[in-house]
Amino acid sequence: MTGTDIEQVLPPAYELKEPEPEHCPGPESENAGKGNACTGCANQSVCESLPKGPDPDIPAIVENLSNIKHKILVLSGKGGVGKSTFTTLLSWALSTDEDLQVGAMDLDICGPSLPHMLGCSDETVHESSTGWTPVYVADNLATISIQFMLPEDDSAIIWRGSKKNSLIKKFLKDVDWDQLDYLIVDTPPGTSDEHISISKYMKESGIDGALVVTTPQEVALLDVRKEIDFCRKAGIRVLGLVENMSGFVCPNCKGESQIFKPTTGGGKALCEELGIRFLGSVPLDPRIGRSSDQGESFLDTHPDSPASTAVLEVVEALRDEVGDF
Amino acid sequence: MEEPMSASLEALSQIKHIFLILSGKGGVGKSSVTTQAALALCNLGYKVGVLDIDLTGPSLPRMFGLEGQSILQSQQGWIPVPIPVPDDIKGTLKVISLGFLLDDRGNSVVWRGPKKASMIKQFISSVAWGELDYLLIDTPPGTGDEHISIAEQLRWSNPDGAIIVTTPQSVATADVKKEINFCRKVELDILGIVENMSGFICPHCAECTDIFSSGGGSKLAETYSVPYLGAIPIDPRFVELIENQSTAGELLVRSYHESSIFSVFKEILNKLLEQQKPPRF
Repeated sequence: MTGTDIEQVLPPAYELKEPEPEHCPGPESENAGKGNACTGCANQSVCESLPKGPDPDIPAIVENLSNIKHKILVLSGKGGVGKSTFTTLLSWALSTDEDLQVGAMDLDICGPSLPHMLGCSDETVHESSTGWTPVYVADNLATISIQFMLPEDDSAIIWRGSKKNSLIKKFLKDVDWDQLDYLIVDTPPGTSDEHISISKYMKESGIDGALVVTTPQEVALLDVRKEIDFCRKAGIRVLGLVENMSGFVCPNCKGESQIFKPTTGGGKALCEELGIRFLGSVPLDPRIGRSSDQGESFLDTHPDSPASTAVLEVVEALRDEVGDF
Repeated sequence: MEEPMSASLEALSQIKHIFLILSGKGGVGKSSVTTQAALALCNLGYKVGVLDIDLTGPSLPRMFGLEGQSILQSQQGWIPVPIPVPDDIKGTLKVISLGFLLDDRGNSVVWRGPKKASMIKQFISSVAWGELDYLLIDTPPGTGDEHISIAEQLRWSNPDGAIIVTTPQSVATADVKKEINFCRKVELDILGIVENMSGFICPHCAECTDIFSSGGGSKLAETYSVPYLGAIPIDPRFVELIENQSTAGELLVRSYHESSIFSVFKEILNKLLEQQKPPRF
C-alpha cells in the first residue's frame, strides 16, 4: 500500500467512482468527460470538473523564484529534531557573509517556529504591488512565516491539507524576495501535503536538494528513513544528513553523556547504509535552546562553543555540496 | 456531519475511557508518554489499547518492540497486535498502528489529507478492540488533517479528553498553546499538561542541567488554567529500556515495572486517575 510512485501521488487527489470504461480518454486529457466513452460513465462529472493541463500557477512560481540561486529544503521525518533550529543557524551563518542575500521560508503551518527563533515574532508582513514583503531580520536576511499573519500569538491553524497548499503556493508565488543567493525552506515533520506540494511546485524552478536533520536514537532514524525514501520518490537530491543533539557535555563536570543513545550507530551508520553524505554532528548545548527562545544568533553570542564550530563546518560542507565556492 | 457515526460508536462501545495524547510540537515525547502510560496502566491491571494515528511517522511499533508484526483481519474487524504480558499481571495491552501495515520499515507513506482522513476513519470504526478500560490515542504534531479527522470521528463518542505533552522551552510551548486552542475549539477537555525532558541528571556528577530550560509546562498550565500533571526528566534509561527489550530476556511490561522511571510516571498517572472521569458507559 505504500509502493505508490510519486507520479501517482502528485496529481491532485481525486476518486473515481467506478473503474474506467473502455476507450476512456483519461482524466488528465483535454477531452476528459467529453469523449464518446464518457457518456453514461459514472465518473463523468468527476473528470469534467478536474483542472486540465499543467498547474497554471507554476509559471508564476518559476518567474518569482528565478532570481534565487540556491534553494535548499530542510527536512526530517521526525519532529523536534531541530529542523527549525538548524534552519535558523544556517541562515545566521550564511548571512554573516555580507555579500550573500539569504531568505528563510517557514512551511510549518500548524507550528511555525522560525519567527520566534529569529527574534521577529511580533512583525507583520506588508502587502504591496510587488507582492508580500518578507520580514527583514538583518540587511541580508529575510523570512516569511504564517506566524506574521496571525491575529493572536497563540491562534491555532486548524487547516486541512488543501488549504495549506494554497498558502504554500502563495508563499512561493507572491513573496517578493528580490535577489537571493540562498532560500532555506523549513518544513514540518512527516511526508504529507506540505511536502508533496513544495516538491511539486518548486520542481520546475529547481531545488538544489534537501538537508536532512536527525537525532541519534533509532526511533528518530526510523522516521528519517521514511523522509529519505520520500526524497527518492519525489526526485529531490539529498545533499546530506546532519545529526543534531549528539552527545551532551555536562557544564559542571565536563563529562560527556549520550542522551539520545545511538543504539544502531546513529546518523553516520544510516548515511553509510543509504549512501548519503554525512555532514557532521552537532552536540547538544543547552545554550542553543536558550538563544532560540530569545531569538538571538547562537553563533554570535557563543562563537567559542563546540556546537558553533560544528554548525559552521556543516554549513561549509553544505555550500560545497551545492557548488557555491 | 449531523448524524452520529454508528460504525465508530459500535467499535468503541466496550471502551470505558478514551484519552488523546496531543502536542503542537514534534519530538516532545508524545509517543514516549503514550508508551509509559500504556505500560503503567497495564501494570496496574487495566486492559489497555493504544491507537497510533501518526501515519507518516509511526513510532509505537518500535516503542513496544513489535516491529515486523502485522494486523490480522477477522469477522469482527481488524485485530490489534497484542503485547506479551507476564502471567501474574491482570492487564492486557494491544496496539494498532499504520507501521504494522507497511512492507518495509523504511517505506514512506506519502499521503495527502483525504487519504489520511479515510485511514483514521477506518482505524476508529473497524478495529475489534473488544473490552477495554483505556484507549490511548497517540497523535502526530500539529493541528492538521489527522487532528480534524480524529476530532470528527470522536465527536459523538464522548472521549475523556486530551493529555498535552510539552517540553519546557518557549519555542515548544508556543506551539503547544496552539494545540490548547485547538482543543477548546473542538470542545475536547484538557486533562492536563505533562512537561517532558525537564532537566537531565548527569550520570557522572549527578548535577541536573535544564537542557531545554525548565518550568515551561507549569507556567503554561497556569496561564490557561488547566491541570498540571507533573514533569518527567530526561532519562537515557528509558531509551535503553526500549532499545534493549529484544535482548533483555524480560518482557517490557515487567522491566518497565522494575525500573525507576515507573515511579516518576506513576505520580503523573495518579493525578490523572484522581480526576475520576466517569466511564463512557
